Amino acid sequence: MKQLDVSAIKDGSVIDHIDSKSTLKVADILNIQNEEQMVLVGINLTSKFLGKKGIIKIGGKIIDQKEVNKIALIAPDATVNIIKDYEVVKKFKVAVPDVIEGIVKCFNPNCVSNHHKITPKLHVINKNPIKLQCHYCERIMNSKDILLI
Amino acid sequence: MTGFKQKDIISIRHFNKEELLSILDLAQRMEQTDSADLLKGKVLASLFFEPSTRTRLSFESAMKRLGGMVIGFAESGSTSASKGESLSDSVRIIEGYCDIIVLRHYLEGSAQLASDIVNIPVINAGDGANQHPTQTFLDLYTIQKTKGTLEGLTVGFLGDLKYGRTVHSLAYALAYFGAEMFFISPPSLRMPRDCIDELRDRKVKCHESESLMGISKRLDVIYCTRIQKERFADPVEYEKVRGVYRLSKTLLEEMGIKEDLKILHPLPRVDEMDDSLDTTNYAVYFQQARNGLPMRKAILAAVLGAIV
Repeated sequence: MKQLDVSAIKDGSVIDHIDSKSTLKVADILNIQNEEQMVLVGINLTSKFLGKKGIIKIGGKIIDQKEVNKIALIAPDATVNIIKDYEVVKKFKVAVPDVIEGIVKCFNPNCVSNHHKITPKLHVINKNPIKLQCHYCERIMNSKDILLI
Repeated sequence: MTGFKQKDIISIRHFNKEELLSILDLAQRMEQTDSADLLKGKVLASLFFEPSTRTRLSFESAMKRLGGMVIGFAESGSTSASKGESLSDSVRIIEGYCDIIVLRHYLEGSAQLASDIVNIPVINAGDGANQHPTQTFLDLYTIQKTKGTLEGLTVGFLGDLKYGRTVHSLAYALAYFGAEMFFISPPSLRMPRDCIDELRDRKVKCHESESLMGISKRLDVIYCTRIQKERFADPVEYEKVRGVYRLSKTLLEEMGIKEDLKILHPLPRVDEMDDSLDTTNYAVYFQQARNGLPMRKAILAAVLGAIV
Protein backbone atom coordinates (compact mmCIF):
# COMPACT_ATOMS: atom_id res chain seq x y z
CA MET A 1 0.00 0.00 0.00
CA LYS A 2 1.30 3.41 -1.01
CA GLN A 3 2.14 5.60 1.93
CA LEU A 4 0.91 9.22 1.75
CA ASP A 5 3.63 11.87 1.79
CA VAL A 6 1.34 14.12 3.83
CA SER A 7 -1.24 12.71 6.27
CA ALA A 8 -4.93 12.80 5.42
CA ILE A 9 -7.28 15.19 7.22
CA LYS A 10 -10.77 14.36 8.47
CA ASP A 11 -12.53 17.64 7.53
CA GLY A 12 -11.26 20.75 5.79
CA SER A 13 -9.59 21.87 2.56
CA VAL A 14 -6.69 20.52 0.55
CA ILE A 15 -4.99 22.80 -1.97
CA ASP A 16 -3.04 20.56 -4.32
CA HIS A 17 -0.91 20.99 -7.45
CA ILE A 18 0.63 24.23 -6.29
CA ASP A 19 3.83 25.19 -8.08
CA SER A 20 6.40 24.32 -5.37
CA LYS A 21 7.96 27.78 -5.40
CA SER A 22 4.57 29.40 -4.74
CA THR A 23 3.53 27.16 -1.84
CA LEU A 24 4.50 29.51 0.96
CA LYS A 25 2.82 32.44 -0.82
CA VAL A 26 -0.40 30.40 -0.95
CA ALA A 27 0.06 29.55 2.75
CA ASP A 28 0.33 33.28 3.37
CA ILE A 29 -2.92 33.97 1.45
CA LEU A 30 -4.66 31.38 3.61
CA ASN A 31 -3.28 32.99 6.77
CA ILE A 32 -2.41 29.55 8.15
CA GLN A 33 -0.56 30.86 11.18
CA ASN A 34 -3.90 31.84 12.69
CA GLU A 35 -5.51 28.40 12.22
CA GLU A 36 -6.25 26.44 15.35
CA GLN A 37 -6.61 22.97 13.82
CA MET A 38 -3.97 20.91 12.07
CA VAL A 39 -2.26 22.48 9.02
CA LEU A 40 0.10 20.45 6.86
CA VAL A 41 2.37 22.06 4.27
CA GLY A 42 4.33 19.98 1.79
CA ILE A 43 6.87 21.34 -0.69
CA ASN A 44 8.76 19.54 -3.48
CA LEU A 45 6.44 16.52 -3.47
CA THR A 46 6.49 14.35 -6.59
CA SER A 47 3.89 15.25 -9.19
CA LYS A 48 3.06 13.54 -12.49
CA PHE A 49 2.03 16.86 -14.04
CA LEU A 50 4.27 19.47 -12.44
CA GLY A 51 7.38 17.39 -11.66
CA LYS A 52 7.46 18.89 -8.17
CA LYS A 53 4.45 20.31 -6.40
CA GLY A 54 3.33 21.87 -3.18
CA ILE A 55 0.29 20.90 -1.11
CA ILE A 56 -1.49 22.52 1.83
CA LYS A 57 -4.04 20.74 4.04
CA ILE A 58 -6.05 22.81 6.49
CA GLY A 59 -8.20 21.01 9.06
CA GLY A 60 -11.66 22.39 9.82
CA LYS A 61 -11.65 25.15 7.22
CA ILE A 62 -13.57 25.51 3.95
CA ILE A 63 -11.72 28.09 1.88
CA ASP A 64 -13.83 30.93 0.46
CA GLN A 65 -14.13 32.33 -3.09
CA LYS A 66 -11.95 35.37 -2.35
CA GLU A 67 -9.14 33.09 -1.22
CA VAL A 68 -9.63 30.87 -4.30
CA ASN A 69 -9.36 33.93 -6.57
CA LYS A 70 -6.15 35.04 -4.86
CA ILE A 71 -4.65 31.55 -5.12
CA ALA A 72 -5.49 31.47 -8.85
CA LEU A 73 -3.29 34.53 -9.40
CA ILE A 74 -0.30 32.95 -7.65
CA ALA A 75 -0.81 29.27 -8.52
CA PRO A 76 -2.97 28.99 -11.66
CA ASP A 77 -2.68 25.16 -11.80
CA ALA A 78 -3.83 24.55 -8.22
CA THR A 79 -6.79 22.31 -7.39
CA VAL A 80 -8.99 22.54 -4.32
CA ASN A 81 -10.50 19.51 -2.55
CA ILE A 82 -13.11 19.93 0.15
CA ILE A 83 -12.94 17.03 2.62
CA LYS A 84 -15.69 15.68 4.89
CA ASP A 85 -15.09 12.64 7.05
CA TYR A 86 -11.95 11.74 5.04
CA GLU A 87 -13.91 11.79 1.75
CA VAL A 88 -13.52 14.35 -1.08
CA VAL A 89 -16.99 15.93 -1.38
CA LYS A 90 -16.01 18.66 -3.85
CA LYS A 91 -13.05 19.08 -6.17
CA PHE A 92 -12.30 21.95 -8.53
CA LYS A 93 -9.44 23.70 -10.28
CA VAL A 94 -8.88 27.32 -9.36
CA ALA A 95 -9.80 29.77 -12.12
CA VAL A 96 -8.75 33.34 -12.69
CA PRO A 97 -11.89 35.51 -13.00
CA ASP A 98 -12.24 38.12 -15.78
CA VAL A 99 -12.30 40.97 -13.30
CA ILE A 100 -10.52 41.09 -9.96
CA GLU A 101 -11.92 43.41 -7.31
CA GLY A 102 -10.56 44.10 -3.86
CA ILE A 103 -7.78 41.52 -3.78
CA VAL A 104 -4.93 43.07 -5.78
CA LYS A 105 -3.56 46.58 -5.37
CA CYS A 106 -2.51 48.61 -8.42
CA PHE A 107 1.28 48.88 -8.46
CA ASN A 108 1.22 52.46 -9.79
CA PRO A 109 1.78 54.78 -6.81
CA ASN A 110 0.10 57.64 -8.70
CA CYS A 111 -3.07 55.64 -9.43
CA VAL A 112 -6.26 57.15 -8.02
CA SER A 113 -7.09 53.77 -6.44
CA ASN A 114 -4.09 54.18 -4.13
CA HIS A 115 -5.19 57.62 -2.96
CA HIS A 116 -8.97 57.39 -2.56
CA LYS A 117 -11.17 55.03 -0.60
CA ILE A 118 -12.17 52.89 -3.56
CA THR A 119 -11.98 49.17 -4.18
CA PRO A 120 -9.10 48.37 -6.55
CA LYS A 121 -10.38 46.81 -9.76
CA LEU A 122 -8.29 45.05 -12.39
CA HIS A 123 -9.24 43.48 -15.71
CA VAL A 124 -7.59 40.17 -16.54
CA ILE A 125 -6.21 40.57 -20.06
CA ASN A 126 -4.30 37.29 -20.04
CA LYS A 127 -4.79 34.32 -17.71
CA ASN A 128 -1.65 32.27 -18.16
CA PRO A 129 0.81 33.93 -17.84
CA ILE A 130 -1.20 36.35 -15.80
CA LYS A 131 -1.52 39.92 -17.10
CA LEU A 132 -3.76 42.45 -15.37
CA GLN A 133 -4.81 45.97 -16.36
CA CYS A 134 -5.90 48.53 -13.78
CA HIS A 135 -9.48 49.66 -14.43
CA TYR A 136 -8.54 53.21 -13.42
CA CYS A 137 -5.01 54.09 -14.57
CA GLU A 138 -4.74 51.39 -17.30
CA ARG A 139 -1.28 50.25 -16.19
CA ILE A 140 -0.55 46.64 -17.11
CA MET A 141 0.84 44.29 -14.46
CA ASN A 142 2.61 40.95 -14.83
CA SER A 143 2.80 38.30 -12.11
CA LYS A 144 5.93 39.87 -10.59
CA ASP A 145 4.05 43.16 -10.10
CA ILE A 146 1.07 41.66 -8.27
CA LEU A 147 0.53 43.13 -4.81
CA LEU A 148 -2.12 41.16 -2.92
CA ILE A 149 -4.21 43.06 -0.38
CA MET B 1 -22.02 60.36 -34.61
CA THR B 2 -24.20 57.97 -32.62
CA GLY B 3 -21.03 56.31 -31.27
CA PHE B 4 -20.21 59.46 -29.31
CA LYS B 5 -23.62 60.40 -27.90
CA GLN B 6 -23.46 60.44 -24.07
CA LYS B 7 -20.13 58.58 -24.27
CA ASP B 8 -17.39 59.24 -21.73
CA ILE B 9 -14.08 60.18 -23.33
CA ILE B 10 -11.57 58.68 -20.93
CA SER B 11 -8.92 56.85 -22.91
CA ILE B 12 -7.89 56.54 -26.51
CA ARG B 13 -8.11 52.77 -25.95
CA HIS B 14 -11.90 53.09 -25.93
CA PHE B 15 -12.02 54.23 -29.58
CA ASN B 16 -11.65 52.25 -32.77
CA LYS B 17 -10.29 53.54 -36.07
CA GLU B 18 -13.72 54.28 -37.51
CA GLU B 19 -14.70 56.39 -34.49
CA LEU B 20 -11.41 58.32 -34.66
CA LEU B 21 -11.97 59.10 -38.32
CA SER B 22 -15.56 60.18 -37.69
CA ILE B 23 -14.56 62.74 -35.03
CA LEU B 24 -11.84 64.11 -37.34
CA ASP B 25 -14.46 64.49 -40.05
CA LEU B 26 -16.79 66.32 -37.67
CA ALA B 27 -14.00 68.72 -36.60
CA GLN B 28 -13.48 69.53 -40.27
CA ARG B 29 -17.19 70.30 -40.62
CA MET B 30 -17.07 72.45 -37.48
CA GLU B 31 -14.44 74.63 -39.16
CA GLN B 32 -16.62 75.10 -42.21
CA THR B 33 -20.13 75.59 -40.84
CA ASP B 34 -21.93 77.93 -38.46
CA SER B 35 -22.86 76.09 -35.30
CA ALA B 36 -23.63 78.99 -32.97
CA ASP B 37 -26.68 77.61 -31.16
CA LEU B 38 -26.04 73.89 -31.17
CA LEU B 39 -25.56 73.67 -27.38
CA LYS B 40 -27.82 76.51 -26.26
CA GLY B 41 -28.98 75.89 -22.69
CA LYS B 42 -26.30 73.29 -21.94
CA VAL B 43 -23.78 73.74 -19.12
CA LEU B 44 -20.19 72.47 -19.09
CA ALA B 45 -18.36 72.03 -15.77
CA SER B 46 -14.67 72.68 -16.36
CA LEU B 47 -12.84 71.08 -13.41
CA PHE B 48 -9.09 71.68 -13.57
CA PHE B 49 -7.25 70.38 -10.52
CA GLU B 50 -3.99 70.90 -12.41
CA PRO B 51 -2.88 73.93 -14.45
CA SER B 52 -3.80 74.18 -18.11
CA THR B 53 -4.00 76.92 -20.71
CA ARG B 54 -4.78 75.48 -24.12
CA THR B 55 -6.98 72.57 -23.09
CA ARG B 56 -9.08 74.51 -20.61
CA LEU B 57 -9.48 77.64 -22.71
CA SER B 58 -10.23 75.76 -25.93
CA PHE B 59 -12.90 73.64 -24.19
CA GLU B 60 -14.45 76.74 -22.64
CA SER B 61 -14.28 78.69 -25.88
CA ALA B 62 -15.75 75.75 -27.81
CA MET B 63 -18.68 75.48 -25.41
CA LYS B 64 -19.40 79.23 -25.59
CA ARG B 65 -19.09 79.32 -29.38
CA LEU B 66 -21.69 76.56 -29.54
CA GLY B 67 -24.07 78.66 -27.42
CA GLY B 68 -23.51 76.79 -24.15
CA MET B 69 -22.40 77.98 -20.72
CA VAL B 70 -19.37 77.17 -18.59
CA ILE B 71 -18.91 76.83 -14.83
CA GLY B 72 -15.83 75.56 -13.02
CA PHE B 73 -12.41 76.35 -11.70
CA ALA B 74 -8.86 76.60 -13.02
CA GLU B 75 -7.07 75.47 -9.85
CA SER B 76 -8.26 73.43 -6.91
CA GLY B 77 -7.12 75.89 -4.21
CA SER B 78 -10.44 77.73 -4.30
CA THR B 79 -12.58 74.57 -4.06
CA SER B 80 -13.69 72.12 -1.39
CA ALA B 81 -10.80 69.87 -2.45
CA SER B 82 -8.56 72.21 -0.44
CA LYS B 83 -10.77 71.40 2.59
CA GLY B 84 -10.16 67.71 2.05
CA GLU B 85 -13.24 66.81 -0.03
CA SER B 86 -12.69 63.65 -2.08
CA LEU B 87 -12.83 63.70 -5.87
CA SER B 88 -15.77 61.25 -5.69
CA ASP B 89 -17.84 63.63 -3.55
CA SER B 90 -16.88 66.65 -5.67
CA VAL B 91 -18.03 65.14 -8.98
CA ARG B 92 -21.18 63.67 -7.39
CA ILE B 93 -22.20 67.15 -6.28
CA ILE B 94 -21.14 69.02 -9.42
CA GLU B 95 -23.08 66.51 -11.57
CA GLY B 96 -26.25 68.23 -10.34
CA TYR B 97 -25.16 71.57 -11.79
CA CYS B 98 -24.19 70.68 -15.36
CA ASP B 99 -24.70 68.48 -18.45
CA ILE B 100 -21.09 67.45 -19.02
CA ILE B 101 -17.84 67.40 -17.03
CA VAL B 102 -14.37 68.14 -18.38
CA LEU B 103 -11.83 66.97 -15.79
CA ARG B 104 -8.09 67.40 -15.42
CA HIS B 105 -6.54 65.81 -12.32
CA TYR B 106 -3.03 64.89 -11.22
CA LEU B 107 -3.96 61.32 -10.25
CA GLU B 108 -3.96 58.65 -12.96
CA GLY B 109 -7.36 57.02 -13.38
CA SER B 110 -9.24 59.97 -11.88
CA ALA B 111 -11.38 60.50 -15.01
CA GLN B 112 -12.37 56.81 -15.04
CA LEU B 113 -13.30 57.06 -11.36
CA ALA B 114 -15.43 60.15 -12.05
CA SER B 115 -17.17 58.47 -14.99
CA ASP B 116 -17.98 55.42 -12.83
CA ILE B 117 -19.70 57.71 -10.30
CA VAL B 118 -21.74 60.19 -12.35
CA ASN B 119 -24.43 59.63 -14.97
CA ILE B 120 -23.47 62.52 -17.25
CA PRO B 121 -20.58 62.32 -19.75
CA VAL B 122 -17.04 62.87 -18.45
CA ILE B 123 -14.24 64.04 -20.69
CA ASN B 124 -10.69 63.33 -19.56
CA ALA B 125 -8.61 66.48 -20.06
CA GLY B 126 -5.50 64.76 -18.69
CA ASP B 127 -5.05 62.37 -15.74
CA GLY B 128 -1.50 62.48 -14.42
CA ALA B 129 0.89 60.80 -16.86
CA ASN B 130 -1.82 58.50 -18.18
CA GLN B 131 -4.12 59.77 -20.94
CA HIS B 132 -5.20 62.93 -22.72
CA PRO B 133 -7.51 61.61 -25.44
CA THR B 134 -8.86 64.90 -26.79
CA GLN B 135 -5.29 66.12 -27.35
CA THR B 136 -4.77 62.96 -29.39
CA PHE B 137 -7.86 63.70 -31.48
CA LEU B 138 -6.51 67.16 -32.32
CA ASP B 139 -2.99 65.81 -32.92
CA LEU B 140 -4.42 63.32 -35.42
CA TYR B 141 -6.49 66.09 -36.98
CA THR B 142 -3.36 68.25 -37.36
CA ILE B 143 -1.35 65.42 -38.90
CA GLN B 144 -4.16 64.57 -41.30
CA LYS B 145 -4.56 68.20 -42.35
CA THR B 146 -0.86 68.94 -42.79
CA LYS B 147 0.31 65.61 -44.23
CA GLY B 148 -2.85 64.86 -46.20
CA THR B 149 -3.10 61.36 -44.70
CA LEU B 150 -2.72 59.39 -41.49
CA GLU B 151 -1.81 56.15 -43.21
CA GLY B 152 1.67 54.64 -43.18
CA LEU B 153 3.63 57.57 -41.72
CA THR B 154 7.02 57.38 -40.01
CA VAL B 155 6.76 59.30 -36.77
CA GLY B 156 9.49 60.30 -34.31
CA PHE B 157 8.51 61.01 -30.71
CA LEU B 158 11.11 63.18 -28.99
CA GLY B 159 11.65 64.28 -25.39
CA ASP B 160 9.86 63.11 -22.25
CA LEU B 161 8.32 59.85 -23.34
CA LYS B 162 7.99 58.45 -19.82
CA TYR B 163 5.62 61.02 -18.35
CA GLY B 164 4.31 62.48 -21.61
CA ARG B 165 0.71 61.33 -21.64
CA THR B 166 0.09 62.84 -25.10
CA VAL B 167 2.81 60.58 -26.49
CA HIS B 168 1.27 57.43 -25.03
CA SER B 169 -2.17 58.27 -26.41
CA LEU B 170 -0.97 59.35 -29.86
CA ALA B 171 1.27 56.31 -30.31
CA TYR B 172 -1.67 54.06 -29.47
CA ALA B 173 -3.92 55.87 -31.97
CA LEU B 174 -1.34 55.92 -34.78
CA ALA B 175 -1.02 52.16 -34.47
CA TYR B 176 -4.42 51.96 -36.21
CA PHE B 177 -2.89 53.68 -39.24
CA GLY B 178 0.19 51.51 -39.78
CA ALA B 179 2.71 54.04 -38.51
CA GLU B 180 6.35 53.16 -37.93
CA MET B 181 7.54 54.80 -34.70
CA PHE B 182 10.87 56.05 -33.39
CA PHE B 183 11.06 56.89 -29.68
CA ILE B 184 13.92 59.29 -28.99
CA SER B 185 14.61 60.18 -25.36
CA PRO B 186 17.25 60.21 -22.62
CA PRO B 187 17.47 56.77 -20.93
CA SER B 188 15.67 58.00 -17.80
CA LEU B 189 12.66 59.22 -19.83
CA ARG B 190 12.15 56.27 -22.15
CA MET B 191 8.75 55.16 -23.33
CA PRO B 192 7.25 52.88 -20.61
CA ARG B 193 7.94 49.20 -21.27
CA ASP B 194 4.26 48.25 -21.15
CA CYS B 195 3.47 50.86 -23.86
CA ILE B 196 6.19 49.46 -26.15
CA ASP B 197 5.05 45.88 -25.49
CA GLU B 198 1.46 46.83 -26.28
CA LEU B 199 2.48 48.53 -29.54
CA ARG B 200 4.57 45.54 -30.57
CA ASP B 201 1.64 43.25 -29.77
CA ARG B 202 -0.29 45.37 -32.27
CA LYS B 203 2.44 44.74 -34.89
CA VAL B 204 3.82 48.29 -34.79
CA LYS B 205 7.45 48.69 -35.87
CA CYS B 206 8.99 50.44 -32.83
CA HIS B 207 12.57 51.69 -32.45
CA GLU B 208 14.21 53.38 -29.47
CA SER B 209 17.22 55.70 -29.48
CA GLU B 210 18.79 58.63 -27.64
CA SER B 211 19.42 60.81 -30.68
CA LEU B 212 17.84 61.93 -33.95
CA MET B 213 21.12 61.31 -35.78
CA GLY B 214 20.66 58.78 -38.55
CA ILE B 215 16.89 58.80 -38.10
CA SER B 216 15.89 62.34 -39.06
CA LYS B 217 15.90 61.69 -42.82
CA ARG B 218 13.27 58.99 -42.47
CA LEU B 219 10.71 60.97 -40.48
CA ASP B 220 7.45 62.35 -41.86
CA VAL B 221 6.46 63.81 -38.49
CA ILE B 222 8.36 64.77 -35.32
CA TYR B 223 6.21 64.92 -32.20
CA CYS B 224 8.31 66.92 -29.76
CA THR B 225 7.46 67.18 -26.05
CA ARG B 226 8.61 69.28 -23.12
CA ILE B 227 10.58 67.64 -20.35
CA GLN B 228 8.09 68.21 -17.56
CA LYS B 229 9.74 69.62 -14.44
CA GLU B 230 6.54 69.11 -12.42
CA ARG B 231 6.70 65.31 -12.89
CA PHE B 232 10.13 64.99 -11.21
CA ALA B 233 10.18 64.34 -7.46
CA ASP B 234 13.93 65.02 -7.39
CA PRO B 235 15.10 68.36 -8.91
CA VAL B 236 18.59 66.90 -9.44
CA GLU B 237 17.12 64.31 -11.80
CA TYR B 238 15.36 67.08 -13.73
CA GLU B 239 18.58 69.09 -14.08
CA LYS B 240 20.30 66.04 -15.58
CA VAL B 241 17.90 65.96 -18.55
CA ARG B 242 16.68 69.54 -19.03
CA GLY B 243 17.73 71.01 -22.32
CA VAL B 244 18.99 67.67 -23.63
CA TYR B 245 17.23 68.27 -26.98
CA ARG B 246 17.18 71.66 -28.70
CA LEU B 247 15.73 71.53 -32.21
CA SER B 248 16.59 74.40 -34.51
CA LYS B 249 16.21 75.04 -38.22
CA THR B 250 19.99 74.85 -38.74
CA LEU B 251 20.43 71.66 -36.74
CA LEU B 252 17.61 69.85 -38.54
CA GLU B 253 18.78 70.92 -41.99
CA GLU B 254 22.35 69.89 -41.20
CA MET B 255 21.20 66.46 -40.05
CA GLY B 256 19.06 66.08 -43.13
CA ILE B 257 15.27 65.94 -43.08
CA LYS B 258 12.45 65.42 -45.54
CA GLU B 259 11.30 68.65 -47.15
CA ASP B 260 7.75 68.04 -46.08
CA LEU B 261 8.58 67.10 -42.46
CA LYS B 262 6.04 68.44 -39.98
CA ILE B 263 6.87 69.20 -36.35
CA LEU B 264 4.13 69.01 -33.74
CA HIS B 265 4.33 69.91 -30.04
CA PRO B 266 1.46 69.87 -27.54
CA LEU B 267 2.93 73.06 -25.98
CA PRO B 268 3.98 74.77 -23.81
CA ARG B 269 7.60 74.56 -24.93
CA VAL B 270 10.58 75.56 -22.83
CA ASP B 271 13.84 75.30 -24.77
CA GLU B 272 13.37 72.12 -26.81
CA MET B 273 12.39 74.04 -29.98
CA ASP B 274 14.20 77.15 -31.12
CA ASP B 275 12.20 80.16 -32.33
CA SER B 276 14.00 79.82 -35.69
CA LEU B 277 11.64 76.96 -36.49
CA ASP B 278 8.47 78.99 -35.98
CA THR B 279 8.41 80.57 -39.44
CA THR B 280 9.37 77.41 -41.34
CA ASN B 281 6.97 75.11 -43.15
CA TYR B 282 8.01 72.35 -40.74
CA ALA B 283 6.37 74.03 -37.74
CA VAL B 284 2.69 73.21 -37.33
CA TYR B 285 2.47 73.47 -33.52
CA PHE B 286 0.64 76.81 -33.45
CA GLN B 287 -1.85 75.49 -35.99
CA GLN B 288 -2.09 72.37 -33.81
CA ALA B 289 -3.03 74.51 -30.79
CA ARG B 290 -5.66 76.34 -32.86
CA ASN B 291 -7.10 73.02 -33.99
CA GLY B 292 -8.10 72.46 -30.38
CA LEU B 293 -11.10 74.66 -30.95
CA PRO B 294 -12.86 72.88 -33.86
CA MET B 295 -11.94 69.51 -32.38
CA ARG B 296 -13.39 70.34 -28.96
CA LYS B 297 -16.48 71.84 -30.58
CA ALA B 298 -16.88 68.54 -32.42
CA ILE B 299 -16.42 66.51 -29.23
CA LEU B 300 -18.90 68.55 -27.18
CA ALA B 301 -21.52 68.60 -29.95
CA ALA B 302 -21.18 64.86 -30.57
CA VAL B 303 -21.18 63.80 -26.91
CA LEU B 304 -24.12 66.04 -26.03
CA GLY B 305 -26.08 64.63 -28.96
CA ALA B 306 -26.37 67.87 -30.94
CA ILE B 307 -24.97 66.15 -34.04
CA VAL B 308 -26.84 63.07 -35.17
